[in-house]
Amino acid sequence: MQTETKSTIRRRAFSAAFPRTIPILAGFLFLGISYGLYATAAGFAFWYPILMAVAIFGGSLEFVAVEMMLGVFAPVQTFVMALMIQARHLFYGISMLEKYKGTGWKKIYLIYGMCDESFSINCSADIPEDVDKGWFMFFVTLLNQLYWVAGTAVGAVLGSLITFDLDGLEFVMTAMFVVIFLDQWLKEKKHYTGVIGLAASAVCLLIFGADSFMIPTMMCILVLLTVFRKPIEQAGGLL
Amino acid sequence: MMLTQQMITIGLCALGTMATRFLPFLIFSPKKPTPKYIQYLGHALPCAIFGMLVVYCLKSVSITAAPYGVPEAIGIVVTVALHLWKRQMLLSIAGGTVCYMLLVQFIF
Repeated sequence: MQTETKSTIRRRAFSAAFPRTIPILAGFLFLGISYGLYATAAGFAFWYPILMAVAIFGGSLEFVAVEMMLGVFAPVQTFVMALMIQARHLFYGISMLEKYKGTGWKKIYLIYGMCDESFSINCSADIPEDVDKGWFMFFVTLLNQLYWVAGTAVGAVLGSLITFDLDGLEFVMTAMFVVIFLDQWLKEKKHYTGVIGLAASAVCLLIFGADSFMIPTMMCILVLLTVFRKPIEQAGGLL
Repeated sequence: MMLTQQMITIGLCALGTMATRFLPFLIFSPKKPTPKYIQYLGHALPCAIFGMLVVYCLKSVSITAAPYGVPEAIGIVVTVALHLWKRQMLLSIAGGTVCYMLLVQFIF
């Protein structure tokens, strides 16, 4: 191993990592392009979605951020929304405590770029013995982020050039959340948490109105999940 | 929203995201088991949150004035039907969106 140069190690890790990310390539280009189009159709300059793709790097929240920037400035709601939408990353982190150990400076980037897709590859991949796991996970994370930023950039530039009617494109965000929600819903045997999410938001929307229902909704969800923890856990299917 | 407010909004989104990504590495140790309540929330939150986000997307739809949320309802039905049929995320999203765009551009 000592005769191996650093570039050989990197090259081998890259060759092992790239094929694993190919399924993500298609998905991220598609969603990234949609996101770029969506943000520019909402009236933002092309660099806004690109900036968000790099800085936030979390698809769901990036869509929501565009919507929030169209409304009134609400920093507390923005931050709480970000925490709630991204809360699942806490659990990715917990699962990766062990795996990210000993990866040196790359660890910072691995954590920063830990989106759903990079997490699922890095968490489940059987990295071959002769491949450096730090560099493997680094390339998986980097490639996925590049796909997302590239897709977003293509969509954003197209969006600022396109002249045909993009009216209705904003529905891409709704469709995306419907699909993710449906996938989660189908995993649950009794659908308690899905119903809690829908019902709490619908009721709060009626009471507080479209501009200020999100914080009460998130509080209701946390309270309801805590109060009904027993039946929800007994119903099973939460994995 | 002014440019500064927009940048703060983006900054807060980035900060919130990074908080959720970095926090476990700062407070949990691989040796100590994660508190049960935290584990429970990890499994129970996502479905509820994505349900909330669906409602968030529809927050400005009026069901008391024309077109009474009909295009959104059709768009969602098409998205769900495609997804139950093929289970191809991208196909479901693209199909539902194109259907909605056609509806709002040509019919409603």
